[in-house]
Amino acid sequence: MPESPPRPMIRLTGLTKHYPGQAEPAVDHLDLEVPEGEIVVFVGPSGCGKTTTMKLVNRLIEPTSGRIEIDGRDVTGVDPDRLRRGIGYAIQQTGLFPHRTVADNIATVPRLLGWGRERIAARVDELLAKVGLDPQTYRDRHPGRLSGGQQQRVGVARALAADPPVLLMDEPFGAIDPLTREALQEEFLRLQRDIRKTIVFVTHDIDEAVKMGDRIAIFGECGRVLQYDTPARILGEPAEGFVADFIGNGTNVRRLSLTRLCEVEVSDDRPVVVRGSGDGGCPTAPGSFALLVDRDRRPLGWAEPGQDRPLPLISHLGPEHTLHDALDAMLANNSDTVVVTDQDGRYRGTVEMATIQTHLHRVGGPGNEGGPVRGGERADRSIGTS
Amino acid sequence: MSTATASTAAPVAPAARNGGNGRPVLGPYAVRWARHLATPVVLGLVLLGLYLYVGAQDLDRIEQRSLNADYLLSRFGQHLWLSSVVVVLVLAIAIPLGVLLTRARMRRYAGAVLALANIGQATPSIGLIVLFAVVFLSWGINTIAVVAFVTYGVLPVLRNTMVGLDQVDRSVVEAARGMGLSRLRVLWSIELPLAVPVMLAGIRTALVITVGTVALATFIGAGGLGDVISNGISSNRDLVLFAGSVLVAVLALTIDWLGALVEDLLRPRGV
Repeated sequence: MPESPPRPMIRLTGLTKHYPGQAEPAVDHLDLEVPEGEIVVFVGPSGCGKTTTMKLVNRLIEPTSGRIEIDGRDVTGVDPDRLRRGIGYAIQQTGLFPHRTVADNIATVPRLLGWGRERIAARVDELLAKVGLDPQTYRDRHPGRLSGGQQQRVGVARALAADPPVLLMDEPFGAIDPLTREALQEEFLRLQRDIRKTIVFVTHDIDEAVKMGDRIAIFGECGRVLQYDTPARILGEPAEGFVADFIGNGTNVRRLSLTRLCEVEVSDDRPVVVRGSGDGGCPTAPGSFALLVDRDRRPLGWAEPGQDRPLPLISHLGPEHTLHDALDAMLANNSDTVVVTDQDGRYRGTVEMATIQTHLHRVGGPGNEGGPVRGGERADRSIGTS
Repeated sequence: MSTATASTAAPVAPAARNGGNGRPVLGPYAVRWARHLATPVVLGLVLLGLYLYVGAQDLDRIEQRSLNADYLLSRFGQHLWLSSVVVVLVLAIAIPLGVLLTRARMRRYAGAVLALANIGQATPSIGLIVLFAVVFLSWGINTIAVVAFVTYGVLPVLRNTMVGLDQVDRSVVEAARGMGLSRLRVLWSIELPLAVPVMLAGIRTALVITVGTVALATFIGAGGLGDVISNGISSNRDLVLFAGSVLVAVLALTIDWLGALVEDLLRPRGV
C-alpha cells in the first residue's frame, strides 16, 4: 500500500446529487480523489449512494453541483457520450448485447472511435486472451452461449477495449457463484498489476472490498464517505460507529487476507528428506514428521519414522496466497502447519499457527478490542445488493 | 377474426424462441421449416380444390357474374391494394408512436394512447367502418375505408412495439449508454434489433387482421374480395358466398405465412 498517493486521476469536489422531490440528497458534498493506477472500492449498504457516485463520474447521472475532474480536466462541460468513450464501464449484469457476437461486443467502443477493421480484430483477440478466453473458440459466439463467469470476462474485456485510463466497475463479480467469483477476482488483480488502470469499483461486500481495493471508501447514508483509507487501516482503525459496525466482527481474520505469504517469514526448522537420496530412514525422532521433497525440492508428502509410505501432502501454498489461505488450509487439514513453496513450486518453509498469531499481534492495532456490548448488536455486514 | 389471429400468432413465439437458442440443434429447425413448406402446399391444394369444384358446377348467370377470372382478379387486386395501404399506414403510425411512447419523457402519455388504440380495436370493425362512412361522408369511400382499418390495425403493432422495446434488458441499454453510444444509436442498434421478434409478431397480427377486415370494405362500397361474399349473400347463391369466403381465408393465411417467414429471417441471432 503506497503511503504517499500518486497524482489523482479522478478528483471529485463538492459533488452533490439531489433528485427533485427527495428530501435528502443522494450524494452530499462529496470530496474524493482516486490516485492514478489504483483500485478504489466504494463500499456500503444499499442506497448509500455508492453506485450513484460512480455514475456521476461518467455522467450517466448528471450532478446537481460540484466538480468532476478526470486527469486534471473538468469534465462537467464535456459531451457526455464522448466522455464515456474514454472511460471503461462494466456492470454486474454484464449488459452484453445478446444479438452481437463476443467480438462485436468487445469492438463496441473501438468502432465508435473509428478504429480500422484489422486493428479492432487484433485488439479483440488480444483482450480475449488477456481475460482468459481462447479467441478462436469464443470470438464468434453469442453471449447467451457463455457461462456467467465467461460473460463477466467478456464484460471486462469490453470495458478495456479502447484502453481507457479509467475504469468504472459496478459489482462486476456480484452475480457469480463464489468459486468463480474468487477466481475472477484473482485474475483481475493479476491483470491490473499489468495494466495499472485507475479503477472505481463498487461493491456491497466488505470482503471483496478488502481483497480488491488499494483504497476503500466506506459510504454511509446520503452519499457521505465515512472513511477513506487503505484496507489495512480501515480494518485496523475503523472510524467509530457505523464503519466499525459495517466491517463487523472478524476483522482479525480479514486482516489476514491482506498479508501474502511472500511477505511472511517462514520457519524452515522442519527436517527435509530428499526422495531417492539414499539415506533410507528418516533422521527424526519417533512421533514427528519430516517433509519429503523431490530432487527439485518440490514437496511430496510427510515422511513418518518407521513408515515406508509417506503421508500425502494435502495442500501447499504459493507466494500469492495469503495468511488467510494458510489458516484456512490448517483448519481444513486439521494441522497446525502448512507447507509454503516459492513461485517455482520449490519448498520454502512452513507457516505455523503460531506464526499467524505473532503476525497479528505484531501488526497489532486496536482491532481486537471489540467491546462486549457492541458485539451483540452489530449489523449483519453482508447487506443486500444495491 | 381476432380469435383466429390470436391462435395463429400465440403458439409460434415460444416454439420459435426455443429454436433460436440452440442454434445447431436440427430438431426445431427442421420442424419449423417443414411447417413453412407445408403451409403454401396446403393452401395451394385448397385453391386447386375450389377451382375444380367450381369448374364442375353448372353456373347460372348470376353466379357467372361473380365467379369469373376477370371479376375475381379485380376484387383480389382491390383487396391487396387496400390492405397494403392500410398496413403501410399502420406501420408508419404505430412504430414511431411506439418508439416515442417508450422514451422516458413521453412515457406518461403511454397509458392514454394505448387506451385510445384499445377503443379503436375493441369497437367491432363493421360498426367502425359504417360509423366512419356515416360521419365522414365527404371523405370519399376509399379514404373512409383506409382510416377505419388503420384505426383497427394500429393497436397490435403499437402494443408490441412498446412491449418489445420495454422487454429489452435495462442493463444492456445502460451498458450501451455507459460506453458512450448516443440515445439514437442505442435505439437503432440495440433496442430495435432486440425488439424485432416481438414487434414482428404484432405486425403479423396486424397484417392478418387487416386482410380479414378489408373484406368488410364491401359494406361501404370500397370493393375487395368482400364483394364476392356480399354478392353471394344478396343473390342467395351459396357457391359464390363459399368461394368468396375461401378466397379471403386463403389470402389471410398466405399473408400470415409470409409474416412467419419474415419473423424467422429477421430474428436477431443469439437471442
